Amino acid sequence: MRLLTHNMLSSNIKGVANGFPLKIEVVTVVEKEVEFNIEFLKKMFSKVEWKALAEASRTMGYTELPENADASMLDSDDFLHKFHHALLELHLEEGALVCPETGRKFPVNKGVPNMLLHEDEV
Amino acid sequence: MSRPELLAPPEIFYNDDEARKYTSSSRIIDIQTQLSERALELLALPDDGVPRLLLDIGCGSGLSGETLTEHGHQWLGLDISESMLGIALEREVEGDLMLADMGQGLGLRPGILDGAISISAVQWLCNADKSCHEPRIRLKAFFSSLYRCLGRGARAVLQVYPENIAQRELILGFAMRAGFSGGIVVDYPHSSKRRKEYLVLTCGPPSLSTTTPEGKGEDGESCSDEDSSEDEENQTVCISDRCRPRKKQKVNKRGKGRDWVLKKKEQMRRKGNAVPPDSKYTARKRKDRF
Repeated sequence: MRLLTHNMLSSNIKGVANGFPLKIEVVTVVEKEVEFNIEFLKKMFSKVEWKALAEASRTMGYTELPENADASMLDSDDFLHKFHHALLELHLEEGALVCPETGRKFPVNKGVPNMLLHEDEV
Repeated sequence: MSRPELLAPPEIFYNDDEARKYTSSSRIIDIQTQLSERALELLALPDDGVPRLLLDIGCGSGLSGETLTEHGHQWLGLDISESMLGIALEREVEGDLMLADMGQGLGLRPGILDGAISISAVQWLCNADKSCHEPRIRLKAFFSSLYRCLGRGARAVLQVYPENIAQRELILGFAMRAGFSGGIVVDYPHSSKRRKEYLVLTCGPPSLSTTTPEGKGEDGESCSDEDSSEDEENQTVCISDRCRPRKKQKVNKRGKGRDWVLKKKEQMRRKGNAVPPDSKYTARKRKDRF
């Protein structure tokens, strides 16, 4: 699972008001190279929750992302490459996602998060 | 054709065996690829070469996702069958996968997606497979969460096989109630085999840009050579009809021909079987004295 997906996911449990961002529990992280596309990054920048991404990437052991970012930084090539690496190339292979409100764990196996809810959570 | 959703719930029907069978059948691969190509066409994304973020609902083994990757898009797929996702992992699809049930609603942030497609999945929602399942509630949860996570003006194209008119209206009704505008596009309505239905939904109120596109092959234009020849056979009663049907199946003297052999070899190759390379000897006739 990439951080792009982590940035989109929120906890879907009934009664949870603010299920974003899910906390990450890391067991293994893998890196896979992805083609660099500036247009996509610029488009995604406006949609991504920067704080959640920066924190998630730090949990995954990548500390290069700045705490805060604004649109003017998109002109810097260096920044774009870091953004690209954090967003698309870091994969959470094994671990878990934790709902910030209820503490419910969603296990991640082989890079696939299990987001199925129990009957009483729907 | 039997309907898999009547046999067992999706997470049980698509077990390891069925998932592997599904993904190694070249016929299913062909159909799924065609359906995804058409769904992507109906999605009508602006043609500016910028990759979009798409959702594939019921992605299964990633057959439809591969089409999205070929067009350069980033995608996230969800499916309820772990075996299907396992095959997708084996196939090393580019998109991210997620084990989730669409009837429980999509747990995604609002407005983040540029579009969504779904190939032959949504009709599963109409079945109640567990005591806690209520199709109406599940359809409502699905469509309202889909509406929420799509950006304004974004489209969702859902290819469905509704069982009957009531089911089609049920699905469309819940889509409209969730706030979508749009309707059903039917491709090849006159052909029982090639008839396919797509729900083309747009986020937001109806406007000029949300008019549903036209289906293919609507005005009786020839769907394909194969289809039209079938029709002709049905319309004209040939004298040969009086003969026994068995005679028709007989291979003619000259055999099936090089083209047929090449086609079959290509099919086998796509299945991953070991096939000898094509050469000038392929399908060549033997000498008489043999």
